[in-house]
Amino acid sequence: MSDEAKDDVVKVIRTPVQLDYNYSAGRSASRFLRSIKEGKLIGQRCPVDGRVYFPSRGSCPQHGVPIEGEPVELVDRGTLVTFSIVRIPAESVPLEIPFVTIQVLLDGADTILMHLLGNCDLEKVHMGMRLKARWKPKEEWEESVANIIYFEPLDEPDADYDSYKEHI
Amino acid sequence: MNPTEESLSAPHVLDYTYKRSLGPILSQFFTGLRDKKLLGVKRKDGSVLFPPKEYDPDTSESIDEMVPVQDVGAVKSWAWVAQPRKQQPLDKPFAYALIQLDGADTTLLHVVDGGSEAGMKTGMRVKARWADETIGSIKDIACFEPA
Repeated sequence: MSDEAKDDVVKVIRTPVQLDYNYSAGRSASRFLRSIKEGKLIGQRCPVDGRVYFPSRGSCPQHGVPIEGEPVELVDRGTLVTFSIVRIPAESVPLEIPFVTIQVLLDGADTILMHLLGNCDLEKVHMGMRLKARWKPKEEWEESVANIIYFEPLDEPDADYDSYKEHI
Repeated sequence: MNPTEESLSAPHVLDYTYKRSLGPILSQFFTGLRDKKLLGVKRKDGSVLFPPKEYDPDTSESIDEMVPVQDVGAVKSWAWVAQPRKQQPLDKPFAYALIQLDGADTTLLHVVDGGSEAGMKTGMRVKARWADETIGSIKDIACFEPA
C-alpha cells in the first residue's frame, strides 16, 4: 500500500457472506433434471385435486401429501404471467442488461416457472403473451433448466386473463 | 435403489457481496486497525466501549471521544472450536472469546490461538497478533495469543 493511501481513512469495509452448500435435489427434482437433459419437461399431479406441479416435486405443499404416480410430460410453450425488466447490473448475474425475467405458466401446468424472455422488443413485453422455449443445441443439454436459454414470443393471440390470473 | 432414482447433487454457493459504510466512529476504529492502533470510545461516565459505538447504549447520547486501548487483555468467556470449518479464521483448533482489553470496559469478540482446550482459561491474559498486512478490517488482528 502506498504512503498516500495510508493517509486515507477507511470508510467502507467488505463483509461478504458466503454459504457453501452441497445441494441434494431429492428424488423428484432429480427425475425432473434427468428428464430435461433429454429435452423433456415433466411435472407431477397432486393426487387430491389434480393440479400439476412443474417442476415436479415430491409432495403437494397445499395438501401435505406425497406425490407419487407417473410424471406428467408438458410441452415447451406457455403463457407469460408476470415479468420484470432488469436494468441494474449485479455482480452475481452474468447477463447483459437490460434483460427480462418472467414467470411462465406452461400449458397443462398449474404452477409457474421463473425464466428469461428473449428475442422480444422490450416495449412489446406484456402479460398474457404466448411463449415458446428456445433450447440450447442438443449436444449441450445437461441436468439443468438452463438447457432452455430463454422463452420467446409465439405468433399466437394472447391468452385469456382468466387462464393465468390466479398465478399473479 | 435404482441408480437412475438416486438423488443428484451439486455445489451451490450463496454469495452476498456486502459492503458496509462505516460512519465517523467506526471509520476511526477501522482506520486504527489498519494502522495497528486500537481505538475505543469514551462515555460520559468515563467508561470505554471497545469496540466503539456511535451512541451510548444506556442513554442514547452521541459519543465521539476516541481513546486508545491496549493490545493485551483478559478472556472473559470462550468457546472451543475443535474442528474449524473452512471459512473460520484459523485452520487449527482455536477459541472464540470475549476479550476485555486493558483500558476498555466492554469485550471484543475475537479469536484466541490457545493451542488446546486445556490451555484456555477464563481470566487468562492474551495479546493481539497482527496480520502481516493490515487493510482496515477486524482480521487485521489475526488472532489473540496467550500473553
